[in-house]
Amino acid sequence: MKEGFRQSMNWVHTWSGLLVGWVLFMVFAAGTASYFKDEISFWMKPELHQAGVSLLPEVEVANNAIAALQQRAPASPRWFITLPTEREPGVRASWSGAPVAKGAAEPPLEPGVTRRGRFYSAALDPATGKPLAATRETRGGEFFYRLHFDLHYMPAVWARWIIGFCAMFMLVAIITGIVTHRRIFADFFTFRPKKGQRSWLDAHNATAVLALPYHLMITYTGLVTLMLMYMPWGPQVTYQGDQQAFTAEVFPASGPRDPKPSGIATPLTPMAPLIAQAQQRWGEGSITRITVNNPGDAVATITLSRRGGHDMSSAQPAMIFNGTSGKLLSEVDEDRGAAITTRSVLYGLHLGRFADPLLRGLFFVSGLAGCVMVATGLLLWAVKERNKYTKVVAKGGRVGWGSRLVDGLNVGAIAGLMIAMPAFFWANRLLPVGMAARGQAEIDLFFGVWAVAAIAGLAWPTRRMWIVQLGIAAFLFGAIPLLNAATTATHLGASIPAGMWAVAGFDLTCLGLGAALLLCAVWLGRRKPANRTQRAAPAHLSQEPAL
Amino acid sequence: MSSTPVHIEGAPASVPVADADGYSRHDWLPRGSAALMYRLGVASRTLAAIVGGYALSALVATVSAIYFPGTRAEAAIFGMLASFVIYTMAVLWVFAVRSAWRAWLGLLLPAIPLAIAVLFHLYLRSAP
Repeated sequence: MKEGFRQSMNWVHTWSGLLVGWVLFMVFAAGTASYFKDEISFWMKPELHQAGVSLLPEVEVANNAIAALQQRAPASPRWFITLPTEREPGVRASWSGAPVAKGAAEPPLEPGVTRRGRFYSAALDPATGKPLAATRETRGGEFFYRLHFDLHYMPAVWARWIIGFCAMFMLVAIITGIVTHRRIFADFFTFRPKKGQRSWLDAHNATAVLALPYHLMITYTGLVTLMLMYMPWGPQVTYQGDQQAFTAEVFPASGPRDPKPSGIATPLTPMAPLIAQAQQRWGEGSITRITVNNPGDAVATITLSRRGGHDMSSAQPAMIFNGTSGKLLSEVDEDRGAAITTRSVLYGLHLGRFADPLLRGLFFVSGLAGCVMVATGLLLWAVKERNKYTKVVAKGGRVGWGSRLVDGLNVGAIAGLMIAMPAFFWANRLLPVGMAARGQAEIDLFFGVWAVAAIAGLAWPTRRMWIVQLGIAAFLFGAIPLLNAATTATHLGASIPAGMWAVAGFDLTCLGLGAALLLCAVWLGRRKPANRTQRAAPAHLSQEPAL
Repeated sequence: MSSTPVHIEGAPASVPVADADGYSRHDWLPRGSAALMYRLGVASRTLAAIVGGYALSALVATVSAIYFPGTRAEAAIFGMLASFVIYTMAVLWVFAVRSAWRAWLGLLLPAIPLAIAVLFHLYLRSAP
């Protein structure tokens, strides 16, 4: 459509990146944070910081949790018990609510238990089965994880289509970016600072090329995580619309379909022999989750799922037992077809849960590079576009509305989000601990702060606005260790000697992000506008360059 | 990524001009039929890329699900995994070729046999 192939691809790269760039920046930022969602949640529940939880034998933990569930949710159709790990010291017990009559009120929640829809959840002390010190209500890192693909304030299905649409644009932008890029290797070593547009281009290229395999992987695997929703047409035809049959064949680990409860009360089989069988097969400490279907009923089943720890695939082999006799019913093995295995590896890659701390850290840094790549791409468009107006502005004219809109959206989406994310953490510590609907209040504050920043950015898309917003973001991030010190006893001076790396790591990462944002703000404040003529323009007409 | 301005075939050079009120705009808004054709072409290609590309990749996913060897679950998953690669290639094709007509044609040509393959399967299944 343009003169040459490369020019056409350049055009596609520009527009596919620009049109969804603001959403992509949020998706990248929230996704990057999600690598450490357990640590974020732990930091956001300071009540847990003191709980010195030791690792107990699996059998003891399982028995305590089952006793707690028998007491708390005897009529529930399904229990889930997630055993503790180094990253999550409590044992997480969740259960579906017992069926209630239509119109009947849900029973009140006891302290330490949270509810989402019909689904209850509590962190229990592995040693006693009692809910851990009642924690403040917060969505924690789970909020960023959901924001990453479910957005907020809208049905998840719409959100996932929107995110999928944007991810497809991203994939096209990456491929066209590679095609356009003649000197992909040489440019990686090229950085020409203080050269206006060239510098932005270099920064964009460096962050894109540096983490290119990651960007490609994460975008494609992101589509793969939701592909059953985006591309349902194959099984629609071959399974004639029988979604359940398809799911059962692709994910046998989800177990046999639940039989209807028989209504005959039968006690649950002891856990010790079941766990011993699993340990014999997988080794000690390798059970991640215990699922009990129809507990206390004659048709109960118990599924033990294996930790995916050292295997990239997200598929979890599982052993299914009869819940009353303890007989092994079936084993779900990981050995399935190539395509299904590929899918679960790709899925597992996207989530990165297999990764040890170092690799997880590398993913995190690559995710940050993704954020910078998207941000510099957006800024590059803005800078190029504004350069077209140099002569117009020199004559006292104004830049076009497109340029102004992109400038405003850039401030709002990039700097605004960098303010909203730490504001979420500040809200977590500063809102009254006992307030009603506290978790949602934190989230509302996140979006409220973001909205204010975005409106301010759209109204005054100027360089000064960038400096102000980046400065606020730098302060909010950078002061988080102080906030933590003021509101808990686990400040850096205490958490580092105690080896509480989840808390210390969070504080230090925020400090680092704050420092980086401060550098950006200072650099913007010191840099003279590239174009002197813009200064000469009459004050009431001049459009101060944003960057 | 090149910083040199690209000349758009059929469209006047994109030069912002200031009007009497001091506001400015791009000069490539409709001026004659060439520019209009260019804009229609972009709209047509965008539609071809998003809708046509999806349709083609959905067809590839379906045909794989039907005819790929192995279990039907395997075949369905393989088709889905491949479909996003096909989608990306389709989008690149649509914007790389010389005209919007060619773009549509390039999607339609592979789509026809794929659609026939799907219909053939549906026909066989419904036949007694």
